Amino acid sequence: MSFRCAFSVLFPHKAHRNALCALVATLALAVAPTAPAIAAGAQDPAPQTTVNAIEAEVMCPICGTLLELAESPQARREKVFVARLVAAGKSKAEVKDALVAQYGPSVLALPKASGFDLSAYLVPILAIAIAVVALAFSVLRWRRSGREDEASASEAAAAAPRAEDAERLEADLSRYDL
Amino acid sequence: MSLRSLLAFLAVLAVIGLLAFGLLNKGATKVAVGDPVPDKVLPALPGPGHGSIADYRGKWVLVNLWASWCIPCREEAPVLQRFYERNKPHNTTVVGINVQDNEGDAAAFLREHPSAYPQLRSIGNERSAAFGSIGVPENFLVNPKGDIAVIWRSPVDDQILRERFLPLIKAKS
Repeated sequence: MSFRCAFSVLFPHKAHRNALCALVATLALAVAPTAPAIAAGAQDPAPQTTVNAIEAEVMCPICGTLLELAESPQARREKVFVARLVAAGKSKAEVKDALVAQYGPSVLALPKASGFDLSAYLVPILAIAIAVVALAFSVLRWRRSGREDEASASEAAAAAPRAEDAERLEADLSRYDL
Repeated sequence: MSLRSLLAFLAVLAVIGLLAFGLLNKGATKVAVGDPVPDKVLPALPGPGHGSIADYRGKWVLVNLWASWCIPCREEAPVLQRFYERNKPHNTTVVGINVQDNEGDAAAFLREHPSAYPQLRSIGNERSAAFGSIGVPENFLVNPKGDIAVIWRSPVDDQILRERFLPLIKAKS
């Protein structure tokens, strides 16, 4: 059975067939402009990140430097590997995961926030916290000593001789002046 | 001991501990002739499957650490293939371990330089560190008991294999 015969059997009325044809044509026109974009997208997905952004955050494990600064043969291969993944539309996290799978965790410029590597983040925070506490103690102590100095100064001022006593003292001292 | 002295002591202790830990972790593993060969089950290259040096216990094994980006490794590949073909009947094999590489490049290297002997793949520098490696290629002759007999931390050629490796194999075969 030909397609035309089957179409006639399914839709015996000409008006129905015409209406269906119009609907199909409208749908085809609506989809047509997006079709090349969909086809292009399937072949060449839009990059989600850039090669430079990745290279600034990962290492060349052999060189011990950031990949963006490295020019060794291994670094060049690693750069090609990154570029291929970026061109394939992988996100930054996906590219980094792929790099770790291929080159091991030492490829990451930043240590992971788990296991012993977590100490790389915790130690500076702890050090800053300890420094803040130490500074706070020092300030409190300094202020307390300042208040004590003021108190002793006022005590000293209170203990200072009055004018007539001072005059008498001067007179007494001048009497013994040699 | 006052609280302040105790805190200072603990702080100094913590710094010394961190430094010691860093030094211990940084120091590469040293392997010497007579040591058991560092071994681990690794993925076969190309997959699927796994393998290890221990799979060839009872044979002389020339372990070759290589990477696809390493130019001397390209020159060495046919030398190792010839060594394997000539000495296979004499209870000897070669095991290649790809290090510091990505799988696609390593597989492409093997297509370009085919090897009939087994190839394994180490992720990153894990195996290089285990062998105390300072670069690629490096070669290690392992005796049938699984101990290192020769350490050759550079490329090998026919002459080196003939003069440094084969006498041991022939003497004890």
